[in-house]
Amino acid sequence: MSPDYTADEMMTVAAARQLRDGTACFVGIGLPSTAANLARATHAPNLVLVYESGCLGAKPDRLPLSIGDGVLADTADAVVSVPEVFNYWLQPGRIHVGFLGAAQLDRYGNINTTVVGGEYDDPRVRLPGAGGAPEIAASCGEVVVIVRQNLRTFTERVDFVTSVGYGAGPGDRERLGLRGGGPRVVITDLGVLEPDPVSCELTLTRLHPGVTTDQVRAATGWDLAVAERLTTGDPPTAHELTVLRALEATKREKRGGA
Amino acid sequence: MAKLVSLSDGVADLVRDGDVVALEGFTHLIPFAAGHEIIRQGRRELTLVRMTPDVIYDQLIGAGCARRLIFSWGGNPGVGSLHRFRDAVQNSWPGPLELEEHSHAGMANRYVAGASGLPFAVLRGYTGTDLPRHTDNIRTITCPFTGETLTAVPALRPDVTVVHAQRADRAGNVQMWGIAGVQKEAVLAARRSLVTVEEVVDELEPVPGQVVLPGWAVTAVAEVPGGAHPSYAQGYSVRDNDFYVEWDAISRDRDTFRDWIEGHVLKVEVQA
Repeated sequence: MSPDYTADEMMTVAAARQLRDGTACFVGIGLPSTAANLARATHAPNLVLVYESGCLGAKPDRLPLSIGDGVLADTADAVVSVPEVFNYWLQPGRIHVGFLGAAQLDRYGNINTTVVGGEYDDPRVRLPGAGGAPEIAASCGEVVVIVRQNLRTFTERVDFVTSVGYGAGPGDRERLGLRGGGPRVVITDLGVLEPDPVSCELTLTRLHPGVTTDQVRAATGWDLAVAERLTTGDPPTAHELTVLRALEATKREKRGGA
Repeated sequence: MAKLVSLSDGVADLVRDGDVVALEGFTHLIPFAAGHEIIRQGRRELTLVRMTPDVIYDQLIGAGCARRLIFSWGGNPGVGSLHRFRDAVQNSWPGPLELEEHSHAGMANRYVAGASGLPFAVLRGYTGTDLPRHTDNIRTITCPFTGETLTAVPALRPDVTVVHAQRADRAGNVQMWGIAGVQKEAVLAARRSLVTVEEVVDELEPVPGQVVLPGWAVTAVAEVPGGAHPSYAQGYSVRDNDFYVEWDAISRDRDTFRDWIEGHVLKVEVQA
């Protein structure tokens, strides 16, 4: 029996459910933006979306392609400059949740979005780089990571630390003087991982319906810790799927005309 | 007071081979037409500065204008990689590209320091990341009041900054609104500046959320309607997201890229 939703839809819905109504969320483009807008359209109507383009409290009625689409500025409570969004809003810890993706992720939730393979100066793959992520990871009250789980992405060691999770383990964030709480949860297309309260190591705590522990282990490049009380999450509700698909459809609408 | 100039004269006067050049505009108000004019005039050996070297720098890099890039995020927003940027870094095509890489917070603060006449900026940033390993321009500093260790980055002082805005008046006062990014700081940090605008008007009507750059703080203004396309100018146009998606295929291959530059940049008639 195959479910009537995709693994990506399950991932997006599970990520949206992590966002609590009334909190302020620093949103990256792509999956984080989709999940945050789904949350705002379902259980968290007062979720404050903060985009690094300086749009505070954006309320887009369609999914933006970039972090600076006009719909974000048109619907924001305030549009501030880029220095202001980072210095006045992110740096002092005013944003509760940072919502990040990753090209590589290790067991301590450290993220690489810079280079893969080879040397820094001569990489096999050059990725876009840091953007706002290092300071989002450092300064938000907590971080939610949304990323598809496979061996390429879930690596024993990231090739480049673009954004710090728990560094090399317990106490590292404090030693580095990072004031935000770090990754609270990692949502993938297979399940949910959370840092162990003592070891800080990402631990599989929840499976999406129909997924097995062995599948998750096989998609993880390290010896994955699994919670003693592993649970299975709820599948997307009909309402969540309807809203998500309507949002996705807005991305495919022809954009153009002034 | 800013001079009103044509785009070709403005670029010819203000952008020189070997310059440190910042084209700013955070998704919104990206000065694409000015970038294309830099390509047409065959500028070489530029150090390109930009927080988000997206499609416009992909074009300048692929066209061989750049020797060095100072940046914080090099992708096609919402689409994927910048293939010309990647080809330059991974395969040195059309030439090697030296990188100096930062975070957005670091780049924004470097412009603020430049605009403020300070030698460096202080922030909480980069800590624990691998970014400081690859440039001397990310260092630590001890707060003289609390003893806390913070991060220092040097001021950015471009030879010339180029931005696009909605309007200017005949005295060269520039008005922009919507997402204002880091343009004000980038202009004030630079030794020279060129602002392209959608239109030159007799009088600037106030607009909520506007940023005004006084004409005496700007070197030259050129009227270039649609000069941000495929980026946009709030109130004048919307972002051509379809083009950003199409750029992925155009730029993936060196030949299709060269054909596109030939047809859409080099052979374009420009008013003098």
